[in-house]
Amino acid sequence: MYGEKLRSAPAGSVVLPIKNDEDVVRLRKLVREQLISIGFGLVDQTKMITAASELARNTLKYGKGGEGHVLKLKESTKVGVELVFTDDGPGIVDIDLALTDGYTSGGGLGLGLSGAKRLSDEFNIETEIGLGTTVIIRKWKAA
Amino acid sequence: MERIPILRMGKLLLVTIQVDMHDQLAMTLQDDLTERIVKEKATGVLIDISALDIVDSFIGRMISNTAAMAKILDAKTVVVGMQPAVAITLVELGLTLDGVITALNVERGISLLGHTL
Repeated sequence: MYGEKLRSAPAGSVVLPIKNDEDVVRLRKLVREQLISIGFGLVDQTKMITAASELARNTLKYGKGGEGHVLKLKESTKVGVELVFTDDGPGIVDIDLALTDGYTSGGGLGLGLSGAKRLSDEFNIETEIGLGTTVIIRKWKAA
Repeated sequence: MERIPILRMGKLLLVTIQVDMHDQLAMTLQDDLTERIVKEKATGVLIDISALDIVDSFIGRMISNTAAMAKILDAKTVVVGMQPAVAITLVELGLTLDGVITALNVERGISLLGHTL
């Protein structure tokens, strides 16, 4: 059950801590490598790394630090990547509000969460007040 | 502390961002640029992002803020060399670089700021 602790990473995931600024830079690099190895084109790479950067920063700034998981996905007709950003921070009070373009509780641009949703193919968010937040994004390409 | 170098060409300040900046480095650059605009009485700032393959909302905000501060200090800001994949992503992200003029490359950027040289 997420929220009670960091969401645990499924087998095969690469796990990276998100505890400081440099971790976010490292994570961008890792995501780039994984996306290239799956065969994503440049535009898709750029979109997902940008989404990852936004979500990692949220994990750091609002979640008070957490983890990132990168998992390669494979189905019969498609391959893809799953990125998970999980923290055991304060949680989000109003998800709909948080997903509104321009809404920010931290002096940012308010585009991180909604932007990440637009930039990826699948977007899921789970949050519990006082327990934490987990955001999962996925992108697919034809196998 | 690491910083991104800022070059001066007449009344123009030139910055080429060649590293994947962490947030602190971006903030330092914003502060350094503002300080230099005042110190050199610069009338133009050219930010070359041709080496950036990711521009997220934090960097985007740093650029917009820099342009806004430059404007208050009577200087114009031009961003050059945005990679196509970055441009596509910024549109989808919903990031409009308010107050920022863009140009294809350094030459076009300088000629846009031409009257300041």
